Amino acid sequence: MRKPYVRPMTGWWKRDPFFVVYMWREATSLAVAAYAIVLVVGVLRLAQGQAAFDGWLQALRSWPSILFHLVLLAAMVIHAVSWFKIMPKTMPMMFVGGERVAGETITRAGFAAAVAAALALFVVAWMFKP
Amino acid sequence: MTSRPPPRRSHAPIFWGLFGAGGMLSALLGPMLVLITGVLVPMGLLLPADFMSYPRMLAFAQNLLGKAFLFFVIALFAWHAAHRIYYSLHDVGIPAGPGARLLCYGAAMLVTLVAGGSLLMVGT
Repeated sequence: MRKPYVRPMTGWWKRDPFFVVYMWREATSLAVAAYAIVLVVGVLRLAQGQAAFDGWLQALRSWPSILFHLVLLAAMVIHAVSWFKIMPKTMPMMFVGGERVAGETITRAGFAAAVAAALALFVVAWMFKP
Repeated sequence: MTSRPPPRRSHAPIFWGLFGAGGMLSALLGPMLVLITGVLVPMGLLLPADFMSYPRMLAFAQNLLGKAFLFFVIALFAWHAAHRIYYSLHDVGIPAGPGARLLCYGAAMLVTLVAGGSLLMVGT
């Protein structure tokens, strides 16, 4: 009976640091999903009235929730950084004056845009604080 | 002369588009949103603890711009994550297929519908 050798693939990504980074990068999408769920529950509770929404707010104030959001925050930062790091490879080639725009330039522009957007969001929140 | 049937178009670009839009939005705003709603406001740091009180959030969700902001953030984050998780399942040994697709995109659709329905319910 022939018994072909099947190369085991479990834990394949641990073989190479490049793959480990890749897996972490992909895993950050779980944080994006988790945050979408946190927000959609909040919006649902908002529609259900004050008592329901206050319960959601109360849950956000608990220590487990704050620790969870600190983990989400770290994952969101990795998510954003990796997004702009791979952007030169995912977007169409850009040319300025006949020269191809360097990947590093695109990544730096992305980082700058992200920092500006984050600051702008904070300033808007600050302006609307009670 | 027989007319040829129209070519079958792939629906993949739609999901790629949602993935890209959600990726960009989450890269630009995700970290600060998590920081504000999950850490600063709950702890009362920099922003007061009643920043997200019921009347304020109700007014925000009733405002058309606020409504659109909440809807796009929630829906695009969900579609971005669903698309990415769907393709990552392959890497952890779960083959991509109708079941995995239904689970991932179905979850994103559910999040979208709940967000849309809730935001309609709060009125204007």
